[in-house]
Amino acid sequence: MTLVHPLVDPSLLRARLGPDAARALDEMLATLAEDPPAIGRLFAGAARRTARGDLEGAEGGHRVEDAVRVELVRAAAAGLDPGALAAELEALYRHGDADERRAVLLALAATGDADVDGSELLLDALRTNDVRLVAAAMGPHADRLTPHDWRHGVLKCLFVGVPLHAVAHLDERTDADLAAMVRRYAAEREAAGRPVPPDAARFLGPTALTTPSADLEG
Amino acid sequence: MRIFDPHIHMSSRTTDDYERMYAAGVRALVEPAFWLGQPRTSVGSFTDYFDALVGWERFRASQFGITHHCTIALNPKEANDPRCTPVLDVLPRYLDKDGVVAVGEIGFDSMTPAEEEAFRRQLALALEHGLPAMVHTPHRDKEGGTRRTLELVEEAGVDPGMVVVDHLNERTVAAVDERGCWMGFSIYPDTKMDPDRMVRILQERGTERVLVNSAADWGRSDPLLTHATGTAMLAAGFSEDDVDRVLWRNPVEFFAQSGRLLLPDGETDGRVAGGGAPAPDPGSTFEGNSVLRGERVS
Repeated sequence: MTLVHPLVDPSLLRARLGPDAARALDEMLATLAEDPPAIGRLFAGAARRTARGDLEGAEGGHRVEDAVRVELVRAAAAGLDPGALAAELEALYRHGDADERRAVLLALAATGDADVDGSELLLDALRTNDVRLVAAAMGPHADRLTPHDWRHGVLKCLFVGVPLHAVAHLDERTDADLAAMVRRYAAEREAAGRPVPPDAARFLGPTALTTPSADLEG
Repeated sequence: MRIFDPHIHMSSRTTDDYERMYAAGVRALVEPAFWLGQPRTSVGSFTDYFDALVGWERFRASQFGITHHCTIALNPKEANDPRCTPVLDVLPRYLDKDGVVAVGEIGFDSMTPAEEEAFRRQLALALEHGLPAMVHTPHRDKEGGTRRTLELVEEAGVDPGMVVVDHLNERTVAAVDERGCWMGFSIYPDTKMDPDRMVRILQERGTERVLVNSAADWGRSDPLLTHATGTAMLAAGFSEDDVDRVLWRNPVEFFAQSGRLLLPDGETDGRVAGGGAPAPDPGSTFEGNSVLRGERVS
């Protein structure tokens, strides 16, 4: 069994789902308690069997379908050792659409077991230009990234317009190298006459800044 | 004018197109899986393409306020290449996904036995997954291909209401209409169908079960010909409600049968079909769109 924390308070999720969708979730959870690998079948259709949309009142601006999919991961994880859970999460990610991939990244962030290592999936997400994946990759699981990869993840957030509050442990991990990278990035933006993201200010000192753009890497 | 383009290959188009489409009223679309203009040589090439249809392209469209759906299939042209046909075994993985609203494009290119085998197997997949089927009719011998298509649909036991037969013209529409399938028309600058001919067909047959698309891809084509057709309908005396039915409510009704639509109100079940489609949010712009799913980019 492997510990995964809920994405949001389960009672909040159930209140948002309503009785029919909560029942559908319970059915899936019961299936997974008996047969954890069934998550490979249930994960893709989980949103349309329950609900999707904003989860008002939840911290972190999470979505209903994300919270539902993390519940499925929790149920499967209860019957899987850390290695088997990591393998299942990798399969779900590799075969997933963008929503499923985001949910896997969020589940990794909620995993409380040090033996589950999804850093390859985080690096894959950080190579995309999908801001939703980039944001989800920089949660607590990004603690496992090397300083080099983590710094580039933070810079990528600035570059594509992901707010830095999505980055876990930013203050603790910020170092002189990251600050220098951000300063060079800001200097490049200024040289081009383009606005510097306000989130860069924390690395730059007190400077008047304008709104960010959302450039995409080619 | 709100527009749902039920057949457009956005992977081949630029962000300029997305901007022009949004300005013209396009708020949702379906991108059918097809060939790339250059033959594929392996299953991996298909899966990378399918992954882009359910991943990057969906995100790219959302940045411009457009809801992107797709259909997944082995296309008829590449059904003839034994290096490609093993992709049929991979399709079920994709057919369970949200936003995958049909099996397609399937059908005929050169009417070969290999095409017919892939067509049959994929009609069976549509039945198994509760999905509509989108059928491409051939460029050459369109009438023969359409006739054989309708025979195979009947043999497979697929409800005609779950099938759209696409790229129709004056010569092929009657048989499809009589069978009760949905009728797809691709409006092109030079070939296939043009807005005025489309209006004449609508005048003769009415608006029921008609889907109008731009089928824009990497060839000479125009994503705004759906809008041009709506304008031509109004000029010919059709009402705004008629235009809305053809360009929005009909495709919503057809694809809602999949239960996998991702329309702006977040509803993915079939309720939008019975109760009328949700009106797109006029303020749903790139910046206003929730690309971070809950938090704004800026």
